Amino acid sequence: MGSIQLKDVRKAFGAVSIINGINLNIENGEFAVFVGPSGCGKSTLLRLIAGLEDVTSGQVLIDAKDMTNVGPAQRGLAMVFQSYALYPHMSVRGNIAFALKMAGQKADVIEQKVRKAATTLNLTDYLDRKPRQLSGGQRQRVAIGRAIVREPKAFLFDEPLSNLDAALRVQMRVEIGELHEALKTTMIYVTHDQVEAMTMADKIVVLDRGSVAQVGSPLELYNKPNGLFVAGFIGSPTMNLIKGASAAKRGAETIGIRPEHADISTTAGEWPATVRLAEHLGSDTFVHAEAEGVGPFTLRLEGEAPLAPGQKIFITPREAHLHRFDKDGKRIN
Amino acid sequence: MAIKKSARQRIGVTIVAWVVAFLIFFPILWTFITSFKSELDAIAMPPKFLFFHWTLENYIEVEQRSNYLKFAFNSVVLSIGANLLGLIIAVPAAWSMAFAPGKRTKDLLMWMLSTKMMPAVGVLVPIYLVFRTLHLLDSLIGIGIVLMLLNLPLLIWMLYTYFKEIPNDILEAARMDGASLFNEIVYVLTPMAVPGIASTMLLAIILSWNEAFWTLNLTTSNAAPLTQFIASYSAPEGFFWAKLSAASTLAIAPILILGWFSQKQLVRGLTFGAVK
Repeated sequence: MGSIQLKDVRKAFGAVSIINGINLNIENGEFAVFVGPSGCGKSTLLRLIAGLEDVTSGQVLIDAKDMTNVGPAQRGLAMVFQSYALYPHMSVRGNIAFALKMAGQKADVIEQKVRKAATTLNLTDYLDRKPRQLSGGQRQRVAIGRAIVREPKAFLFDEPLSNLDAALRVQMRVEIGELHEALKTTMIYVTHDQVEAMTMADKIVVLDRGSVAQVGSPLELYNKPNGLFVAGFIGSPTMNLIKGASAAKRGAETIGIRPEHADISTTAGEWPATVRLAEHLGSDTFVHAEAEGVGPFTLRLEGEAPLAPGQKIFITPREAHLHRFDKDGKRIN
Repeated sequence: MAIKKSARQRIGVTIVAWVVAFLIFFPILWTFITSFKSELDAIAMPPKFLFFHWTLENYIEVEQRSNYLKFAFNSVVLSIGANLLGLIIAVPAAWSMAFAPGKRTKDLLMWMLSTKMMPAVGVLVPIYLVFRTLHLLDSLIGIGIVLMLLNLPLLIWMLYTYFKEIPNDILEAARMDGASLFNEIVYVLTPMAVPGIASTMLLAIILSWNEAFWTLNLTTSNAAPLTQFIASYSAPEGFFWAKLSAASTLAIAPILILGWFSQKQLVRGLTFGAVK
């Protein structure tokens, strides 16, 4: 079991409020991702759940039990840090075994559990090495190994992949996903990378300046962002947000069009535009254009599009996929 | 871009460095040379540098007249014992200042350092009277406590700077892993700080070894370390430079050898925190 509930959780450092009253339910076995720009309070929120920071007010419930004033070790959660935070003077075996040793388990039980975790994470050959003799990916696996031997109620990941290079990040992303499939344990994962959030999460929690902007499945957030912040944050390249006459005509203050939801033509369309740059990725082409009366507009075209800077084009949004927002930035349905 | 130096500049800098090093080392060298002279040669004018009759008679007489090993034993016990005791107090103190600082932590650190600014002689009389009442005069425990207290601010300061370098994440990981505060300090913090603790201890031991004011005033024979051993060759019969030099050489030899073999640690200890 490992359900986590936050009730009006607030955190302030002195007069500065970091978390402004968050209510959140994370179900047992769920993979929840906290995502948001840096400084939005996502790491602080994770640390409040871990017990590494004390809440200023509100409650943290784990399996429906109030754990607000319980120390980090007694909460039954395991955390994987961005910096891995391995014990540099201990071998891989020592690192993984540390929590079990602290719990006073017997030596043969510890050895057995360490072996099992090492097998799961392909670390068997490295058990006697020190952390400094391992690569970044291996270190991250040791950090995860240290977490899984404890059989925690939930795993907390604090930007665990941001120190890895791009290729390794994709690989570890898959491994963490598989681990979740295998263990079915609740996981809370903090990241600023919305691609990680979209690919891994059952539930995404978008945070904006210490408050929850929106909670939902990846596709809910993508297809129905509840406001301008989420609309602009989720999706890459980001959604085109257009104000002015074109928006007013559709009864909104702002309209949003995802780069893949507009048609392009060289002869006719709603907005005449000039191509500024075409990025050819092979599978897709990203076209950065300057539309008259609209401003910069990004388009995503499938396959290769033979466009060059300076070329005149016409852009027409697909009305069915158009997002409308009112003057407060809220979604109009 | 690296700064390029001409050959002439390099030679100049090298010469200056050697001259300065020699000036600093000269008193020790002169003491060492004098210890092999006869008393007459020792006070000869102009001073004799290398061409005199080398003799071991000073060492023989010093060895016969006083029990070097007993003084040396006291020095070892005091300088190591006092600082081990200090370490037991300094590690938790530095931990709390580095990882759980309060509003007044910086003031507290400054206040501790400020105690080192007070001239020791200012508290000699009260301490002497306290020691007399408690029968601590000329006892290893008594002088050991004083030596420990003398170095405590330094120990805490140095350990504090070392501990500040240890990433908080690792200690938090230990906390998540269920380590109690005691286990966190014993199994995680202390092993990681071993290089820092070693160089701190080394410096503190050297300072205690050479401490003369308190050891001369609070000990006479039982607990007397090597500083008393040297002093015993200066006062009563006037100055016997050669024998005094022999005694000094014997007194500083152990710590000099220790320092020589641990140069790397010492330099690292003194510059730690300045360069990452």
